[in-house]
Parts: sequence; C-alpha cells; structure tokens
Amino acid sequence: MSHEATHDGHDDHGPAKGLMRWVTTTNHKDIGTLYLLFALVMFFIGGAMAMVIRAELFQPGLQVVDPQFFNSMTTVHALVMIFGAVMPAFTGLANWLIPMQIGAPDMALPRMNNFSFWILPFAFSLLLSTFFMEGGGPAGGWTIYPPLSLQMGDGFPFMIFAIHLAGISSIMGSINVVVTILNMRAPGMTLMKMPLFVWTWLITAYLLIATMPVLAGAVTMLLTDKFAATSFFSAAGGGDPVMYQHIFWFFGHPEVYILILPAFGIVSAIVPTFARKPLFGYSSMVYATASIAFLSFIVWAHHMFTVGMPVVGELFFMYATMMIAVPTGVKVFNWVSTMWKGSMTFETPMLFAIGFIMMFTLGGFSGLMLAIAPADFQYHDTYFVVAHFHYVLVTGAIYSIMAAAYYWLPKWTGNMYDETLGKWHFWISTISVNVLFFPQHFLGLAGMPRRIPDYAVQFADWNMISSIGGFVFGLSQLMFVVVIYKAIKGGKKATDQVWEGATGLEFEQLSSPPPYHSFNEAPVIK
Amino acid sequence: MSHSADSYYVPHGSHWPIVASVALTTSVVGAAMWFNGTGSGPMVMLLGLAMTFFMMYGWFGTTVRESLKGMYNEQVDRSFRQGMMWFIFSEVMFFAAFFGALFYARVLSVPWLLGEDVSTHLTLWSGFTETWPTNGPNNVGGEFQTMGAWGIPAINTLLLLTSGVTLTISHWALKAGDKSKTVLWLAATVALGAIFLGFQAYEYIHAYGDLNLTLGSGIYGSTFFMLTGFHGFHVTIGTVMLFVIMLRANKAHFTHENHFAFEAVAWYWHFVDVVWLGLFIFVYVL
Repeated sequence: MSHEATHDGHDDHGPAKGLMRWVTTTNHKDIGTLYLLFALVMFFIGGAMAMVIRAELFQPGLQVVDPQFFNSMTTVHALVMIFGAVMPAFTGLANWLIPMQIGAPDMALPRMNNFSFWILPFAFSLLLSTFFMEGGGPAGGWTIYPPLSLQMGDGFPFMIFAIHLAGISSIMGSINVVVTILNMRAPGMTLMKMPLFVWTWLITAYLLIATMPVLAGAVTMLLTDKFAATSFFSAAGGGDPVMYQHIFWFFGHPEVYILILPAFGIVSAIVPTFARKPLFGYSSMVYATASIAFLSFIVWAHHMFTVGMPVVGELFFMYATMMIAVPTGVKVFNWVSTMWKGSMTFETPMLFAIGFIMMFTLGGFSGLMLAIAPADFQYHDTYFVVAHFHYVLVTGAIYSIMAAAYYWLPKWTGNMYDETLGKWHFWISTISVNVLFFPQHFLGLAGMPRRIPDYAVQFADWNMISSIGGFVFGLSQLMFVVVIYKAIKGGKKATDQVWEGATGLEFEQLSSPPPYHSFNEAPVIK
Repeated sequence: MSHSADSYYVPHGSHWPIVASVALTTSVVGAAMWFNGTGSGPMVMLLGLAMTFFMMYGWFGTTVRESLKGMYNEQVDRSFRQGMMWFIFSEVMFFAAFFGALFYARVLSVPWLLGEDVSTHLTLWSGFTETWPTNGPNNVGGEFQTMGAWGIPAINTLLLLTSGVTLTISHWALKAGDKSKTVLWLAATVALGAIFLGFQAYEYIHAYGDLNLTLGSGIYGSTFFMLTGFHGFHVTIGTVMLFVIMLRANKAHFTHENHFAFEAVAWYWHFVDVVWLGLFIFVYVL
C-alpha cells in the first residue's frame, strides 16, 4: 500500500477546537461521549415523565393531568427510556470501550459512526415534537398496537418516522460494532480472549441487525394502514390486528435482550476486579449469552398469552420461555462463584454490580412467574408486569450502566469520582427503587391494571408508597450528575490501572485518560 | 490478521454525516406533513431528497477519491465488505417482515376468519367464505382480479436471472482486466434492470386500470403491492448503483484485485434477485 496514506490518515493531532469538533468528529471516544451525554439527557426527560405518572398515581382520582396526557406519558416514557436512554448509553459504552478492549485504532467505520449518533437527536426531536401537534403525543402504549394507535392525531407519521430514524441509527451502529469486533482485533486477540463486554455486544449487535428491520417493517405497515388504505391489521380487509403483535414482538423480545446482554458484559468485567479473582466460567458465559440470544427469537408470543392463541402455541412459548432461565442461571451462578472466597472490596461500581445481580435476579424470577401461561392470564397487563420489567430494566440495565460509568469514569477522565457521593447515590437509589417498584408486585397481584390514570381505592396505600419511592429515586439521580460533573472537572488523579484488580487492555496498556488515538500500533496480547 | 506498518485509515472530521442527518430528517418531516395533508409537505420532502442525493454524491465521492489515492489497506477493505454483508442481512430481515405478514395471513388469519379452529367468525363474519386471494369479509376495495404469474412476472423472472448472469460475465471480465468487456456487460445488466422496472410499471398500470387490484384491495392488495413495491424500489436503487459502477469502471477506477464497490453492488443485485424469486413463488405462483 502507498505510504502517502499514512500522512493523510494518521496525523496524530488531538481533537479539533470548538463546537464543530463534536459535530464532525469520527473519533470513537468523542462519539462515545456524545452517546453517553445524550443518553443522560434522555434519562432525565424520560424520568420527568415518570415523575408525572407517579404524581398522578399518588392518590386515586384525577389530580394532575388529564387521562389522554397520562397515557402519552406512559407511552413516551417507555419509548424515550428504551430507545433514547438505555440503548444509546450501551452504544456509548461500546464506542468508548470496544476499540480499547480489543486493541483497535478506532471503530471500523468512523464516518458511519458519527452518522449513527447524529441521527438520534433528530429522531427524538421528531418524537417529542408530537406533543405540540393536533391530537398530542402517542398515547396507545409504546408497543403501538393497532387499531388503537391508528387513532393518534397529526403526530402519528412523525412518531413512525422517529422510530425509523432511531432504527437506522441502531442498525448502522450495530454493523459498526460487529465489523469492528470481527475485523479490528489486535493480533493475538482471539475470540475467546475477548472481554465479555465485547462478546455480549457482538451478540447484541447481531440481534439488533436482525430485528430492527422487522420493527421498521411493522411500523411501515401501520403507516400504510392509516394513510395508504392497506388492510394488514384490519380483519374487515382480511388482515389481523394480532398479526401486528406477532411482528412487533418478534422484534420486541430480542429487543429486551438487547437491553440486558451488554449489562451482563459490564457486570462480568466489574465483579472480577473487586473480587480480585478471574471471572468464573468465562466460556460458559459466552455460550450462555449465545443461548439467550438464540432463545430470544422463539419466545415472543409470551407477551401475548391472552390474545387468543391455540393451546399448542401457548405451551410452546411457555416452555421455550422457561428455558431461558437456564443460561441466565448459569450467569448468575458464575458471578456468585467469582465472588466466592474473593478478596472483596465494595467501591461504588461493585455496589451497583452486586445490586444488579440481586435485583436483576429478582426481576428474572417474576419473569419466570409470568412465563407460566395459565398464571399469566391473571397477571397480564397488571402492575405485576410493570414491577417485573422495571426490576430488570431499572435495577438491571440502568444499574449496570451506572456501574459502568463509575467503573470507567476514572479511566475516561483521568480523575477519580467522589466515592462518598457515589456510595450515597447507590444506597439512596437502591432503597428508593425498591420502595418504588416492590409494592407494584402487590398492586398487580391484587388486580391493578397498568396504563391507567385512576384506580380503585383499595390500591391507594401501596400507590402512595410507590410514588414516594419514585420521587426519591428520581431526585437521587441528580447526585449522579454531580458525580460525573465533578469527575470531569477534576479530582484525585486516577492511576493507569485505576483499580487494584482491574485487568484488560484499557487498564493495562493505556494511560488515564487514554490518548485521543489509542493503539495506532497494535498492542501485544499475552 | 495483517498488522503491517501502513495503519488502518481513520478519517478525521467529516461533515457529511451531519448533512445526512439533516437531509434524512427533512425528507421524513416532509413525508409526514404530506401524509397529514399539509400543502408544503411534498416540497419539503423533495428538498430533503435533493439534500440526500447531494450528500450521497459528496460522501461517496470522498471515499472514491480516498480509495483511488490508495488510502485503504486490506483491513479497511475487509471492513467495507463485512459492513455491506451485514447491511444486506438487515435488508433480508426487512423483507422478512412483509413475507411474514403474507404467510401469517394465508396460513393463519384468513382461515381463522373462515372459522377454522375458532368460532368468533359465526357472530362477526358469518357470511365470509372466500379463501386466498381475498380482500376480506367487507370486500374492501371492491371486486378485483389477481395478477397471473405466467405473463409479465415470468418474463421479469427471466430478465432478473439473466441480469445475474450478465453481471457475473462482467465481473469475470473485470478480473481478467478487460475494461471494455466489463463496461459492456454492466451496461447489459443495467438495461435488463431498467426493462424489468418498465414491465413492473406496466403491470401496476394494468393492475389498477384493468384488474381493479389496488393497494386498498384488502390483505391481498396490501401484501402484493407492499412486497412488489419495496422490491421494485430496491431494484431501482440497484440499477442506479450499477449505472454508477459502470461509469466508474469506464473511468478505470477498478483493478482486477481491488474493486470492492463493484462486488458490493453485485452482492446487492443478487440479493434483489433472490428476493424476487421468493416473490415470484409466494406472491404470484402459489
């Protein structure tokens, strides 16, 4: 290859100056930072919506908002948190970490990387703009089931296109991750030497590439059903509204694992560091992750047990769903075994990781309960479901993101975060999040339906307790912002290894903070 | 894995992605306004599309120039190849959603409307007796005739299959370093793609004008037009890409060992071809 390439391609300058640096950047660290900050902003926007929901549910009766607006709050809260907060946060972590962890100079397709990020602010501006249109924001639930969702006002096509744009972003981001992992590893970094965060993201990215286009197809059919006279989801024309649910959940269930697999990778990085032992059962972790991904494609209809499926279908989806508990159990036991007889310390990342293991497992158990088809007929669309998925998504996915932020923040900024404040953040969050979500199990078992602004008076006490927990949890997240701000501004300098027990290329071979371009020369892998 | 001294090319500071984001957003905002009946919608959408074409010209132009300067080593080439393969996989899954809708309607929901395994039809749609093809119990869109398989669709199948062959001959010529033969057979492929599209357009006119088969003809019309329509859209993109590749081949952009863009478009074309075979079998024949 010609040598002028090295002149053009690899001038070792630092970042460009000014605002345009962030708009035109192709650097994986810059783009990772953008993703993470975007996710943080969306986390607070979605969180504000959750506060509105809890305020309305504080007491029975209608106090704060009208029912239509309440429904749009639950709908958009979910869309924002899933597509705007958790997924971009994981993608931001992938951007920051994968090139450093596999010894690559950058992501494989840097310009496309920038494109993947910069579509997102536009997509979510479109989504949120629907609140100011005739008919208001989407209010039919985040699953946008027809025929209800088709009754939305002028905002409908904007919401659909927002989903399309976010989907394009995810697909491009995932292609970048897969190609980076498969093509950019340093010599000697074999697949089975990769850190688990890289493995879990490889599988997550595969799930995204396989399912986001299916969602795009589903919402396109919604669009043409509303505007182009098609009858995909109308029985009068020979279609079937239930068909939408099948197509949607064929995307939706893998999506659930998209939201949790990277979390498994993060916890698998943090637990060994603070137990000062290598991860127990590395290869079984890899196989378990792959099994979960495979199973995620054949369990979708457990979201629709009550829709009126043939019994054979109910049974198949019930047993397939319960099988997921096996590889997931492998993971939980591996983490516990890693900690067994470890030389443990409990810095904030470890606290969040242990919190994850405990509470994610709890959410997993309620999931197992929901998997039992005849029992699900009772729980379906109740607050039990709400409690279940908030345990796996808030104390699961989001706790892992918090853990990752605390764990790698010193590496990224070169400064240690405020440990005292971090511990306060963990404990207040953990107490309040259980006050928030645990009572929702009781509410659901007692029969309180989800997605309603008002409820029967017998549910009043637990709702009030849940709301109090919600307000405390919401406010306590401001501490997280303070921690991040302080760490970026300054503080005690972090060592290159940051944590005594930390392993991996980013801790062993790079400074804290790492140079703008890490690994221009491929590192040596032992 | 190569780790030679010429390192992986990481571009710096590109403004094309942000142009792309603005262009895409403008396009979809225009389309959404159009759907809502806002008068300026089509104009906004056209503006967005114009920006999109400008962006593609600029972005692809940049990479073409970089490629010609020899800035892409083997590893970069592999990234492009893998990226294209995964992109095509995502396209496969997009079509899978619509094929899934077709299969679901034919195998499950239409028989259910007829009362197979379920009894709700007795109260809701007791008079309904049609099997596939159908526009549903309400006869949505009025009586229609279906598109026969052995007229234009069969010809189109032959056209696309032939285009796969001509494209391969062109590829062989490129590998042998025969530029004029490469361009000639590419031109034949483009022509076959264009003829296919012409027939497809004629078929749509025939469907709307003579058969009363429209997008609004119940589930049959919905699946027929969405599947063939998205396929036709992909053929259009593929034909344009082949045309661009033909121009580039004519400018001697490709060498017998370095011609990723040619191969990427060829893969895309074969993908479109395979989707058509699925369409021909499941939409037209069966």
